[in-house]
Amino acid sequence: MDILVCLKRVPLAGSTFLLTPDSRDINTDFLGFGISPHEENAVEAGVQLVEQMGGTLTLLTLGPTDAEEQLRTQLAIGATRGILLETEGEDWDPQATAAALVEAINAEETKFDLILFGAESADSAGYQIHIRVAHALSRPIVTNVKTMKIENGIAQCERAVGSVRELYETTLPAVITVRDGLNIPRYPSVPGRIQARKKPIEHKKPEPRVPKLEKVSLSVSPSNSTGAQILGTGVEAVPALVDVLRTIGVLA
Amino acid sequence: MILVLVDHDRGELDPLSLRALTAARKLSNDIHAVVIGNDGAALSAICGEYGASILHVAQHPEITDYTPAASGRALAQLANSLKPEAVLAAGSPRGNEQLAHLATILDLPMAAECSEITLGDPHSVVRARWAANLMEQALVHSGLLIATVLAFAVEAEASPVAITVSNVDVLLEPIDLRVRILGRGGEAAKSGASLTDAKVIVSGGRGVGGPEAFSLLEELAALLDGAVGCSRVVTSSGWRPHAEQVGQTGTKVAPDLYIAAGISGAMQHIAGCKNSKTIVVINTDPEAPILAYADYAIIGDLHKVLPALTQAIKATKG
Ligand SMILES: Cc1cc2nc3c(=O)[nH]c(=O)nc-3n(C[C@H](O)[C@H](O)[C@H](O)COP(=O)(O)OP(=O)(O)OC[C@H]3O[C@@H](n4cnc5c(N)ncnc54)[C@H](O)[C@@H]3O)c2cc1C
Ligand SMILES: Nc1ncnc2c1ncn2[C@@H]1O[C@H](COP(=O)(O)O)[C@@H](O)[C@H]1O
Repeated sequence: MDILVCLKRVPLAGSTFLLTPDSRDINTDFLGFGISPHEENAVEAGVQLVEQMGGTLTLLTLGPTDAEEQLRTQLAIGATRGILLETEGEDWDPQATAAALVEAINAEETKFDLILFGAESADSAGYQIHIRVAHALSRPIVTNVKTMKIENGIAQCERAVGSVRELYETTLPAVITVRDGLNIPRYPSVPGRIQARKKPIEHKKPEPRVPKLEKVSLSVSPSNSTGAQILGTGVEAVPALVDVLRTIGVLA
Repeated sequence: MILVLVDHDRGELDPLSLRALTAARKLSNDIHAVVIGNDGAALSAICGEYGASILHVAQHPEITDYTPAASGRALAQLANSLKPEAVLAAGSPRGNEQLAHLATILDLPMAAECSEITLGDPHSVVRARWAANLMEQALVHSGLLIATVLAFAVEAEASPVAITVSNVDVLLEPIDLRVRILGRGGEAAKSGASLTDAKVIVSGGRGVGGPEAFSLLEELAALLDGAVGCSRVVTSSGWRPHAEQVGQTGTKVAPDLYIAAGISGAMQHIAGCKNSKTIVVINTDPEAPILAYADYAIIGDLHKVLPALTQAIKATKG
């Protein structure tokens, strides 16, 4: 089986954000980078399927040259090769991103049986690139998948939306978007990292497009939190907490 | 005119759609609602109550359950015939998904999770990024605006008008029905629901140290009729099932009491628990970021504080 996973390099933001002086981007001077958790699950699922059934796992990303770092990390857990669609570093809007991904997929000799995405990207959360790609390739798409079984060219997927669990079935080739919780992504091993250095990454330069959804600026959402009242240190503070639980009505 | 997708699950309204109707009324006095599938026809009264003068019921013999691609096709057909200025839906996974199909079919941009919308040429929106920790000011270059409304940005407000129902037969393409629901239910729903329904959640993070010590959290949760939650570090270490994960990629909860033990307070975790009425932190680190979001804190080792708290509560219960 030939599988493709689409992923995106994103900063690993912790508990606060700093913006660049022009407020157009996150100041990443002190941040590391990774990919969104959903996409880590997608790569892990792809690696497991190739382990079981044989075949190849290709990674595809549109991003800055530095996104090679994210491809290498995911190659180290078992992907076969990577494709990096290089930008000048700026975010592309969802339509432009989807168009570039579709062009790259169509240029491949491999006709991927399964294309995996994250349910949404961690940073821009547009909720759409996968749907645009699926339409352009005339493939069915199942989203928000938390359990997936592939057998005899049929994908059985379970998605949990709200409190309802739904079971879907679709024939391959298909596009599936997965959520955190699908599996537990493995960490790259040292031999995996060494092998990954030699795995091929193809660089391409897609033509930029004028954005239809045009980012103007970012702002940090105001936090209305005032900070915690410290009840004390260690077990001595427990009686004070019991009083709080009474006041808020949790204890009678 | 603004067309609002009113989402339902087999005739049961998604209440977030009422917020989308309310948001639409800020843009225009002329509001139409649309439901996908015959089951939705039952929602005409509530759509009228929230300001829609027409409910379009998009019907097709094969639309008997949630089929997002078919929804997109139905919405595209209605958008082409009714020529609204905007199509809105709730910023829920289903709302985002159905409008993404619509936007793709019409080859137009879509702005997901907007807290503010101003119609114009171009349209201007403020939309959530990073689980609403960052807001993006953006321009949407398209005639028809396709956007979803950030879940908690607008409170639903009634504004009753008389409503008429218009049935529309939808023409589908074969691909719209390639993905079908085979069944629904059960266990996953239950475990997720126990977190969203719980009045008390005792949540643990990396500081718990391993799966065994979660018994301390279980005992306290049971005593308070609550549920156990956790951070992503805990699920990705395999200590607890993913159904218990609170946060951006887990479950969003809003209990009366949220106890965060050994959790640092990454914004992706806060995104899932900040709507709790009271947040209590137990953490060894007086500088942990979660203190900024909490109401009360005990600085200390959860392995000592939790058993002491359990004992003290047992004592009060006699
Ligand atoms: C896109 C994205 C989505 C994410 N989604 C989620 C999500 O849904 N939910 C989620 O939780 N995370 C999510 N994360 C991960 C998140 O960024 C953090 O990595 C994670 O929340 C940290 O978990 P933690 O607080 O348990 O661990 P840590 O950050 O390691 O914190 C452990 C805390 O325990 C305290 N501690 C240690 N020992 C003790 C002790 N004996 N007693 C008391 N306190 C102690 C420490 O002082 C520290 O504050 C996401 C990340 C990304 C990038
Ligand atoms: N720049 C990109 N390169 C490759 N895949 C991407 C890119 N951006 C988003 N994706 C994929 O599309 C999914 C949905 O993204 P979004 O529509 O931004 O929420 C992500 O989880 C990724 O799998």
